[in-house]
Amino acid sequence: MVEPTWSWTLHRHMPSSVEAGHKQIEQLLAALTSNNWDGRDFFHVQMAAEEAMVNAVKHGNAEDVNKSVEVEFKVSKDWVYVRFRDQGKGFKPELLPDPREGEYLHSPNGRGVMLIKEMMTRVQYNHSGTEVVMYKQRNQPLPSDQGE
Amino acid sequence: MTERQHIVVTIIGELANVRFVDKRITDSANIEDLGEELFSLVTQDRMKHILLNFLGVEFMSSAALNKLITLDKKVKEVGGILRLCCLKDEIMEVFVLTRLNRVFDIRKTEAEALRAFGAES
Repeated sequence: MVEPTWSWTLHRHMPSSVEAGHKQIEQLLAALTSNNWDGRDFFHVQMAAEEAMVNAVKHGNAEDVNKSVEVEFKVSKDWVYVRFRDQGKGFKPELLPDPREGEYLHSPNGRGVMLIKEMMTRVQYNHSGTEVVMYKQRNQPLPSDQGE
Repeated sequence: MTERQHIVVTIIGELANVRFVDKRITDSANIEDLGEELFSLVTQDRMKHILLNFLGVEFMSSAALNKLITLDKKVKEVGGILRLCCLKDEIMEVFVLTRLNRVFDIRKTEAEALRAFGAES
């Protein structure tokens, strides 16, 4: 993939709180709007950023005030880049049960990672499971669209 | 009675017709309050059936889905029915992707949902 020409970037370390995370995401959403992202693509990026942020803050850092979350966003007309890195123990996304199957369908948790995978164009976790990097390409069908 | 800040409720017999105050329902301090307000309709106000009208809701995260699943269990425990209506396309897609559209009774319009309650009450 050729690196897009980013029109807006953000890179910082934020406290381990959902409120702090929402402040970063608000900036991402404003940048998306400025770059004419809307509708379904806008919603998908918002969802993926929200779920990844909550995972980093709550499940990664366990809201420990002595830990921080590294956030990086990049936005262009056609691409979005989102990265969160926490200071937790990490996890293996491939070992998570599919929340759409069997008893897990009725479980009141465990859907964030699946929604990120379904809604973004490309998602990658580092080996230790403390960092997620994801890209969204605008106006591109999702795997789930094949069934429509 | 729980003071309501995140929902507006209209009572129709045993049915609580609920609208959301917040346009975005995300994982925050408010999500716990929202959950308590929804659950109290069943546990305190003794409502049997609940209609959640999503008109005006622009975004909801998986944290909100979790609250709905817990609410559905509480409604079923009292022999009631939980229905959802008026979901914008993007939120409906979340239910389809998670297959929660198979768990919840989702109707396009409030009128359709109310008719369904009328047929079953």
